[in-house]
Amino acid sequence: MGEAAPIGSRAAPASARAGIAVPGLIFGILAGLPLAALVAPENYLLDLGTRIMIFAIAAVALDLVVGYGALVSFGHAAFIGLGAYAVGILAAHGIGEMLVSLPTALAAAILFALATGAVSLRTRGVYFIMITLAFSQMVFFTASSLAPYGGDDGLTIAARNTLLGIPLFKYPRVLYYVALAALAGTFFLCRAIVASRFGRVLRGAKENATRMATLGFKVYRFQLMAYAISGGLCGLAGFLLANANDFVSPAYMSWQRSGELIIMVLLGGIGTLYGAIIGAASYLLIEEFLSRTTEYWQVMFGPFLVLVVLFGRGGLVGLFARLTGNRHG
Amino acid sequence: MSLVFVQILNGLQLGVLLFLIAAGLTLVFGVMDLINLAHGVQYMLGAYLAVAFYGLAGSFLLALVLALAATLGFALALEVLVFRRLYGRDHLDQLMATFGIILFLDQGVKLVWGAAPLSLPIPDALSGSVTLMSGLLYPVWRLVIIASGLAVAAGLYVLVGHTRVGMLVRAGAANAALVSALGVNIRRLFMLVFGCGAMLAGFAGVMIAPILSVEPGMGDTILILAFVVIVIGGIGSIRGAFVAALMIGLVDTLGRSFAVDILRLFMGPSPARTVGPALASMLIYVLMAVVLYLRPAGLFPAAGR
Amino acid sequence: MAEPVLRLEHVRKSFGGLVVIDDLSLDVAAGELHAIIGPNGAGKTTLINQISGLIKPDAGRIVFAGRDVTALPAHARAAAGLARSFQVTSILPGFSALENVALAVQARSGSSLRIFGRAADEAELNEPALAALGEVGLAPRAHVTAAHLSHGEKRALELAIALAMAPKLLLLDEPMAGTGREETGRLVGLLRQLKGRFPMVLVEHDMTAVFALADRISVLIYGRVLASGTPQQVRADPKVAAAYLGDEME
Repeated sequence: MGEAAPIGSRAAPASARAGIAVPGLIFGILAGLPLAALVAPENYLLDLGTRIMIFAIAAVALDLVVGYGALVSFGHAAFIGLGAYAVGILAAHGIGEMLVSLPTALAAAILFALATGAVSLRTRGVYFIMITLAFSQMVFFTASSLAPYGGDDGLTIAARNTLLGIPLFKYPRVLYYVALAALAGTFFLCRAIVASRFGRVLRGAKENATRMATLGFKVYRFQLMAYAISGGLCGLAGFLLANANDFVSPAYMSWQRSGELIIMVLLGGIGTLYGAIIGAASYLLIEEFLSRTTEYWQVMFGPFLVLVVLFGRGGLVGLFARLTGNRHG
Repeated sequence: MSLVFVQILNGLQLGVLLFLIAAGLTLVFGVMDLINLAHGVQYMLGAYLAVAFYGLAGSFLLALVLALAATLGFALALEVLVFRRLYGRDHLDQLMATFGIILFLDQGVKLVWGAAPLSLPIPDALSGSVTLMSGLLYPVWRLVIIASGLAVAAGLYVLVGHTRVGMLVRAGAANAALVSALGVNIRRLFMLVFGCGAMLAGFAGVMIAPILSVEPGMGDTILILAFVVIVIGGIGSIRGAFVAALMIGLVDTLGRSFAVDILRLFMGPSPARTVGPALASMLIYVLMAVVLYLRPAGLFPAAGR
Repeated sequence: MAEPVLRLEHVRKSFGGLVVIDDLSLDVAAGELHAIIGPNGAGKTTLINQISGLIKPDAGRIVFAGRDVTALPAHARAAAGLARSFQVTSILPGFSALENVALAVQARSGSSLRIFGRAADEAELNEPALAALGEVGLAPRAHVTAAHLSHGEKRALELAIALAMAPKLLLLDEPMAGTGREETGRLVGLLRQLKGRFPMVLVEHDMTAVFALADRISVLIYGRVLASGTPQQVRADPKVAAAYLGDEME
């Protein structure tokens, strides 16, 4: 039974099926999208799809710590930004080789996660939320003041990353499939983590941290490691984002972005991992289509979010489960 | 020297403003355990309503009163429709719902009033500058803001510390379930706390409108500052909010004014100009991190937290 | 005399102005079941919390299995073999009964820093877990979500978790709290079976259970040990009768 499925009293066979069927469906659609692009405005669909998958990576990474570890980080956008800026700054100095940029992006995000996590994880509840916010604001302001790298206005990237000199990312289709592979890797990695011994300790700490301590677990260490993994995966998303947009800006790390990430996870259904992908896709698709209808789409989107919270427990995944009559724990 | 004094006054003014906003935020959080991201839009709404009523009434005082009344009405409507259902819910759910309200209102005011910044004129009698020391002129209106903020603080101190209602609020901040079990109409208490908090934020918005430009999203930046204030001050504590607000107001203002100059003592003028503003913006967050490290529950945590 | 498995020396703890534990010294010998009784407010739970490491004493020493653990955090003491149950049920409500116990086994069996491999399928964890559940009579309920267990079953689960830790010392904080007569009888029988396997400190109000199980009893009044000895000695002690037991013994 998939540990990523919602917890029920006995592993309801339906949720076990969901744990396999839903991701299967998602990745099937994503893999097939570029074929649909053959009949539709090609680049538009590919770009949209790539963007959705990039944020899905970040959302899944966030779900790992929020949904399974009860660590509500309000500063996760900072990791995306760090990954993106690693690419941007290296590019500004003429370094466009992926084999340099990618590890740098990951390292930047992971190191920042370790450093800030070491401090933040000593706090609980709303204090944790605030301190993660504070750290991301620090990165935000630092980036805004980096005049040589665009400051407030951001930095354009002349050319996307190359692999051993080959300009692979120049082709939207290649970038799309790389993003898809990254998303698949992220998803299955997080799923393995959740089902593992490590994941069990993390989930146990979410339920009852005191009990975990009296069993002999040094909870802090597990949470820090999960936080670092989550940050690193967001750094990966940032790397892809910089390449997809040919542009990096401090806005990537604003607190509003961090808030949006949380919304994506909640919208889809927290604590399921595939819910995060659905949430990211839904959020971005709604934004994309509503904003074409009217400039004031947020006037509708805002109340929609409120309604989802008030009446849609468990996000879209939960809604679907209720509609199809699954037993929900 | 006089420049320092002016900046200290500016810092106090910002501090007082932050206190007005943070007071409502910390009470709502302390008593109802509700993270209200939408508190910043109450502030923004106060400003917009004041501009709108001024356009109709022509008098600042009238605009102020009407704006406060409208803010209160709107807040109570929101409480009944949305917030009432958020009490007791997970903080995450509260974050998302209130985030939705921010989106709705930020765009809503743009729809109603347009995206261009609006302004509100200072009442004539209070629009000049006053000489505080030789060679030091300071706008009267800013002094009015400081004075009114301190007056509100004093009023809150009396209200919360020395009246029966205040006692209920303080008890509620420590243990809402217990207060309810004692037979107090907790629903009405919550509405009272929520309404007052919103009015204070709206009041801040009205008072600052003549100085800042009134535009969509003006509540967002100040909201983050307000959260920093209540976290440093201790959630649920008005006294903590007051101390922390003044501290943040001063640190932020003085930091921004003098960071570059101070840094220039240690490094060249050019790096100082680059690093200075960034460091100044970060200062309050560094302060918060330090405070949380030393006192994980803030400076004056409400008893029972 | 053999080295006591637990020794408290002149432990003191105040909260604000209130002295809760006042110059308390106590020994628990190897293999014995040592009961701690006393009226409410005497400081029994605070004492357990200090022994398990959730609270730090203001003064004094705590020696466990020959090691000074006074400065050691809770998780380190647990890793060293100190297990406890909680007065207010403290289990993982979203996990199944089996997973609750398997987690306790996991704490003892190799590294938990593994991020691959499905923990739920590991026989190395599940078998000892099922055995512990069997001992407390919960084997048929192994796959039930802990939140859905009855109160008495949850108390038994607490015990199973403690057993799975293969403890060097087991602290039991009012295990019979809130259980009906039948459940209490079952728990007493269970504890009697476990006697001798490892030493236990039992904090309880239920006097029948205490006198049926204890090898030695310490009476805690206002944070101090008023009397300590065999059940007969404590029963006969006039100080204890005056301060606490009253006619409860009849």
